[in-house]
Amino acid sequence: MNWRLKVLPAIALALGACATTAEPSAQTTQVAASEPSKPIPPRVSYPKDPYPSTYKPLPPQDVLIRNATVYDGLGGEIVNGSVLIQGGKITAVGSEAAMTMPAGTKTIDAAGKWVTPGIIDIHSHLGAYPSPGLGAHQDGNEVSGPVTAEVWVEHSIWPQDPGFTRAMAGGITAMQILPGSANLFGGRGVIIKAVPARTAQGMKFPGAPYTLKMACGENPKRVYGYGGGRFPGGAPFSRMGNVAGYREAWQRAHEYKRKWDKYNTDYDAWEKKVKSPAPKDGKDDKGPGDPPNAPDRNLELDTLMGVLNGEILVQQHCYRADEMAQIIDLSKEFGYKVSAFHHGVEAYKIADLLAENGICGALWADWWGFKAEAYDGIRENLSIVAKTKGGCAIVHSDDANGIQRLNQDAAKALADGRKAGIDISKAEAWTWLSRNPAKALGILDKTGTLEPGKNADVVIWSGDPFSSYTRADLVFVDGAVTWDRQNIDAQPVTDFELGQPGEGDRK
Amino acid sequence: MIRKLLLAASILAAIPAAVAQPTAIVGGRVVTNTSQGVIENATVVINNGRVVSVNTAAPPAGATVVDAKGKWVTPGLFAPFSRIGLAELDSEDPTNNVSAGGSDFQISLRAADSFDPDNTAIAVTRIEGVTRVALVGGNSKGLFGGYGALADTTGSFNSIFARDVVVYAEMGEAGASAAGGSRAAAWTWLLTAFDDAKTYPRGFADDNEGDLLKSKEAQALKPVVEGKVPLMIEVHSAPDILQVLSLRQREPKIKLILLGATEGWRVADEIAAAGVPVIVNPLTNLPDRFEILAATLENAGRLSKAGVKVAIADPNEATHNTRWIQQLAGNAVANGMPWADAFAAITSVPASLYGRSELGVLRAGATADVVIWDGDPLELMSSPDAVYIAGVATPMESRQTKLRDRYLNVDEDKPQAYERQ
Repeated sequence: MNWRLKVLPAIALALGACATTAEPSAQTTQVAASEPSKPIPPRVSYPKDPYPSTYKPLPPQDVLIRNATVYDGLGGEIVNGSVLIQGGKITAVGSEAAMTMPAGTKTIDAAGKWVTPGIIDIHSHLGAYPSPGLGAHQDGNEVSGPVTAEVWVEHSIWPQDPGFTRAMAGGITAMQILPGSANLFGGRGVIIKAVPARTAQGMKFPGAPYTLKMACGENPKRVYGYGGGRFPGGAPFSRMGNVAGYREAWQRAHEYKRKWDKYNTDYDAWEKKVKSPAPKDGKDDKGPGDPPNAPDRNLELDTLMGVLNGEILVQQHCYRADEMAQIIDLSKEFGYKVSAFHHGVEAYKIADLLAENGICGALWADWWGFKAEAYDGIRENLSIVAKTKGGCAIVHSDDANGIQRLNQDAAKALADGRKAGIDISKAEAWTWLSRNPAKALGILDKTGTLEPGKNADVVIWSGDPFSSYTRADLVFVDGAVTWDRQNIDAQPVTDFELGQPGEGDRK
Repeated sequence: MIRKLLLAASILAAIPAAVAQPTAIVGGRVVTNTSQGVIENATVVINNGRVVSVNTAAPPAGATVVDAKGKWVTPGLFAPFSRIGLAELDSEDPTNNVSAGGSDFQISLRAADSFDPDNTAIAVTRIEGVTRVALVGGNSKGLFGGYGALADTTGSFNSIFARDVVVYAEMGEAGASAAGGSRAAAWTWLLTAFDDAKTYPRGFADDNEGDLLKSKEAQALKPVVEGKVPLMIEVHSAPDILQVLSLRQREPKIKLILLGATEGWRVADEIAAAGVPVIVNPLTNLPDRFEILAATLENAGRLSKAGVKVAIADPNEATHNTRWIQQLAGNAVANGMPWADAFAAITSVPASLYGRSELGVLRAGATADVVIWDGDPLELMSSPDAVYIAGVATPMESRQTKLRDRYLNVDEDKPQAYERQ
């Protein structure tokens, strides 16, 4: 056969490409054929980002916020500090005297107020389990099987969930939406901005990685085992069944990855032969032969292969200390990394182990006792994880109410930690709300702290954000005001709430 | 059995009876919840389980003096709706006594008979300043959840101090569902139950049954229709609230308490005019059901402003996080409720709902439930330094503080299990 390289398939690099690059699908690649040579069959690969972000920031305004108590999100506090926002980015933080800006730049006097990075909730189900919690709105768990890594929670997100606007009022600027914890592998999570939009794509955080939700313990075994055989296989029925279920899936993922790695290696070799055919000396006139056949695509294993390739971050629901230790070994057995344990009610028992393995604990302040694996909850959990050398504490909500006041959860955890002798400043505790979740979500280069060059995701609080009397006054996402407590017209109202009692009220 | 008895003895020994020597808590900022208001640098004298005096006088000779300089001194918090002691683990049926869907009895069920003083949530709640709770069971078959009781948070075997203080009923969406599928069904159920109770025992002579209730259940409801025990009705939407208030024409004797009242602000004047108190969760602001579309964080403040008697609780967190009432009240203040009203909503107002004027206040003669706080009790970062219940300082530890102490430092040589807390 006479293969001729006419057009390099544009998708050749897709497997290694950044998830944000817009890539044409294999089906649409145009190959210009010229007789008598045949077009080169392109390498089979699939777009990494077929539902790309269409997020556009609200119109940003350059603004200098001055005279505030600033928590920079790195653990530092600046008294009488200023934050300069220009072009949707933070351009300066610290002393106003050291800042330069065009004359006439808008200023906000924040005397007596606090300024912080926006809060990032690493665990939310908004949009997938929206308000109202109708039967028709239960879109957060694909309960049909214990391994549903093929589902993507962004396909469940209803952007008209009024919970989004309540979260904005609570100083949230970004969040991770996760599938529920019914399954061992619940599916892909997605990172979104706290902004009103007509579509889920309009909320997606540009450049953020995908994530994978996994779950330990009682939920999967209750849903599948105790579910009375309603679901395929009736397993797992036990914690050991849970682990067997993870291992079986990861083994399949490895075999799948091996097939794709082999295909790509074979294609490379074949392509090389096409590009540089052996000289026709009569001894070897066979040419490069047919291109290698690509493996069949498997959407479930695509996600797991993404984890093994380091592109998708694992977010693991797990309560008990001993189970988290098992999961750490599981991740080593199959060669991937857990980004954060979520809920981690017993994280304080193995804070050293989490720190050694570079795994964050995404925790509540004080939910406990609703089931056996939540029995040993203590209010000092966050503080103990945070004070451990190398520890990474995150306050998370998992709740449409909790997401509205994660700063208050941090306050409770900080207060009890201090009472137990753990010396942590409020400024350090703010890292639990912005920097650490940004790190565990792979977006710390974009947001999570007040540093020049980062997205201007900023909150001005009416007072000390660790006080119960404080509310978010102004919330900025990418330098644009998404929520203004003083101006009811700058408080978004969802479609659902139009024409209903309480429409447009202070919420 | 011997081991159990020894254990019981040791618990009793840990909480001695009040001794006849006064204790004077001096120098604090005292919130009295009376016409005395807040008194700076005050002296609270307690003796024999009672408050002897609250003023700025020097402590009496011979009193044990407790320095509360720079602290806040308040009545113990009183949770108007709680389920501590009713469920050790919500999801484990054998430990969960909140409701009894399998029972033929509902109104007759008494929360006091389910209460477990060894429940670990009790100490967890107490060390956050809550000294008294109203225990209210839930409904799961029909509208009624049975009789609520009052308990202190000592964890002693005699924690229950009033057995039959309220009867719970659920209306609105959930009530409609429980009654067979519609609000009309719930309303007919409620009125029929009242009628059965009113005709008990006369109408039960033939077959021991009324139109709806068996004789035992009608007997249990009778004190409600006679106005001897208040009826706590959970209801949320403004129209549903108005319908419940309309009961007052048909059943003028019934003493109502509204639980939830999420859209109460829309009919605040009507609630105030009816003189019906409410127990609200000030943080409910999501239109999570069609009956609470108008939910707002300002509900508690608006009701209070309209003159409604407001108490604060989160019924969905009643088994394990009754302690959240501190945060709930603080947030009510953040959203427009005067501080004094918000604090009263978790102290004196709940006491008044159940007719206990000796609780929730600091005045001569009141029960000496006193909390010394390291700051404003409605602040998230404040917590109690000491909690007195009926004059006795209680242990500031719980199963959670023991777990904390065991794992605060994990670098010991021996496994933690060898460490006694």
